[in-house]
Amino acid sequence: MLRWLTTAWQYLRTVSGDNAYERYLAHHATAHPDQPVLTRKAFFKERQHQKWSGITRCC
Amino acid sequence: MNKLFGVVLAVVGGFALGGIAFYRQEPINSLWIVVAAVCIYLLGYRFYAAWIAAKVYLVDPTRATPAERLNNGRDFVPTQRWVAFGHHFAAIAGPGPLVGPMLAAQFGYLPGTLWIIVGAVLGGCVQDMTMLMFSMRRDGRSLGQMARDELGPFGGFAALIGTLVIMIILIAVLGLVVVNAMKHSPWGTSTVFATIPVAILVGFYMRSWRPGRVLEASVIGVALTALAVFGGGWIDQSSFRGAFDYGPTSLAGFVIAYGWLAAIVPVWLLLAPRDYLSTFLKLGTVLLLAIAIVLLHPQMKMPAITQFVDGNGPVFTGKVFPFVFITIACGAVSGFHALVSSGTTPKLIANERDVRLIGYGSMALESFVAIMAMIAAALLDPGVYFAINVGAGIVGSAHEAAVQTITSWGFPVTTAQMDKLAHDMGEMTLFARTGGAPSLAVGMASIFGSTFGRGLLSVWYHFAIMFEAVFILTTLDAGTRVGRFMLQDLLGHFSKPLGRTSWYPSVLVSSTLVVAGWGYFLYIGVIDPNGGINILWPLFGISNQMLAAIALSVATGIIIKNSKPIYALVTGVPLAWLALITTFAAWQKIVSPDPKLGFFASASDMAAKLANGVLPPEKAAVAPQLIFNQRLDGWLTIFLTAIIWLVIIDMARICIRRLNGLPLTGSSEAPYQPTRLEGALAANRPLHGAAPVGH
Repeated sequence: MLRWLTTAWQYLRTVSGDNAYERYLAHHATAHPDQPVLTRKAFFKERQHQKWSGITRCC
Repeated sequence: MNKLFGVVLAVVGGFALGGIAFYRQEPINSLWIVVAAVCIYLLGYRFYAAWIAAKVYLVDPTRATPAERLNNGRDFVPTQRWVAFGHHFAAIAGPGPLVGPMLAAQFGYLPGTLWIIVGAVLGGCVQDMTMLMFSMRRDGRSLGQMARDELGPFGGFAALIGTLVIMIILIAVLGLVVVNAMKHSPWGTSTVFATIPVAILVGFYMRSWRPGRVLEASVIGVALTALAVFGGGWIDQSSFRGAFDYGPTSLAGFVIAYGWLAAIVPVWLLLAPRDYLSTFLKLGTVLLLAIAIVLLHPQMKMPAITQFVDGNGPVFTGKVFPFVFITIACGAVSGFHALVSSGTTPKLIANERDVRLIGYGSMALESFVAIMAMIAAALLDPGVYFAINVGAGIVGSAHEAAVQTITSWGFPVTTAQMDKLAHDMGEMTLFARTGGAPSLAVGMASIFGSTFGRGLLSVWYHFAIMFEAVFILTTLDAGTRVGRFMLQDLLGHFSKPLGRTSWYPSVLVSSTLVVAGWGYFLYIGVIDPNGGINILWPLFGISNQMLAAIALSVATGIIIKNSKPIYALVTGVPLAWLALITTFAAWQKIVSPDPKLGFFASASDMAAKLANGVLPPEKAAVAPQLIFNQRLDGWLTIFLTAIIWLVIIDMARICIRRLNGLPLTGSSEAPYQPTRLEGALAANRPLHGAAPVGH
């Protein structure tokens, strides 16, 4: 039951983008460990800008 | 085991659908429709979609997807398939599948229900999945780029113009739905207005106070919007009531001003937080509605088929063929989905196998939302349904006369019944509340009220109005912004600085032009006593199906180049059907001598009446604008039909070359690279640790 709840919570966090910054840090650490990372605020700003510069919502 | 499951599905689904189609003695239960729909979606998913994936696309689980090859941790990210499914469904699901079935219910529930199910399984789901697959094989290229690469420069240009036109019409018609839902409803209006400061607050929260804490901010925002529903009820009883009591023209002015402001302020202030709220509300409400419909399984009170299939329908004019197929676009086949399927989603797919779930599955779920809207329409007393959805231009503005006319159609209703209903829902009146949103809200309030407590009917009603308005306004914001980007792209060909998306003067000019475009159609829709939804909704349906026809043409062109020619029928058949119904509907809209149906006939009829001085003064004052608008709509329909056929001819040229063995332009598909993700995927571990290739 607890494991099921944890999975559901993780799913909710991932699908809503709540843990996007943590996932970015993990990706950054393996892909380019030598380069500086964005702050949480800067990362979120960039992500939002990028999300809303294309067609992301429908009728 | 799998085969057994399939056989059981086929038997249950066939039985349920047969029951719906042939059972005529008394009202049937909505559970039949739910069971039939779910079984047929599962059959389509299990067999047809799997066959297409294996034989037509030649899905290859060992092939690296662009998400893996181009992984940058931002837009290209291999994503767990259920997460990608959630993103894709949230992107495609909008207010369209709620409104269309509500209007098409005037034909009875059967024509719309059959089209929603069959259209989705053979058309809409296939279109979405195919665009997703082909865009993914081309590194996430857009519909416009693929049209240019595969059909030629004309195809690309047609896709661009088509998208721009549909965006303008779509926003205008959705704006009209919101205006009609809020007119002279202080409770509804104040609740919808309150969502604006709530969104701004959530925007600041996510931007400055707790950056990126999406869940916290959304929970706070959803709680505040729920409070706003109760707050609206309080305002409705208080002396502030008058401050939120507006007629349609002022409300249209507010919507236009809001749309313009939302387009020129930064996204984090209004659009992004509103989108989080609307996504949560949307998914929550859809889930709640599904649970409530299954628990309550109401009887369908609307007949299976009404006399209005003959073309004299009071909600909108036109025979069931072709107009049911135009009225229900979203929920069956929606061309707009091709833009999302060839935009962000293909960059998230971790493995080619996932395309079936994300593309076909999301659309099947959206189609199910349309089925629920149809059930919400059909559980109303038909007399009540028509009293809410028929405009004063048809039955007159006197309530006594309106109920007499509607009762004479064979759908009994009384003013006492309507007054009681309006009182229960906390509204002054529910007569002539066209646009679909109020009748959907009445249907949803009845379902929720019966399932979760009857005492709160008026709260449920205004919750439903707020829910519809919030995501209509999100579509309005997002659509205006997309329209602005496309316009800037076009203007960039004439003046370099105007093409720079972040240059503020260019932002102002292009946003104003886009808002002026949809604002014009919204304004005309509001002042036209007979028109409004009757004019705009078919125009929206035609332009949405036109976009689907462009997408399916591109898909057919790609299949014929790369697979067995016979497989082109997978997209070719839905394309032929869409081309047939849109052309037939457009033809009637253009040449019909019936002023209620034909654009030019209506313009001439009104011009003659104006010249003879038989129009009452308030109608005569707006007649010149309405005459101009009907002619404009007529020319727009001709233009859209011409674009569809030019794209189809362009595609047919490629098919003929292929069948005759003539040389074709090369494929724009990205070359094969083996995946390295297989292990990570099989174990279902988080994917962000995977080493990106070609970085």
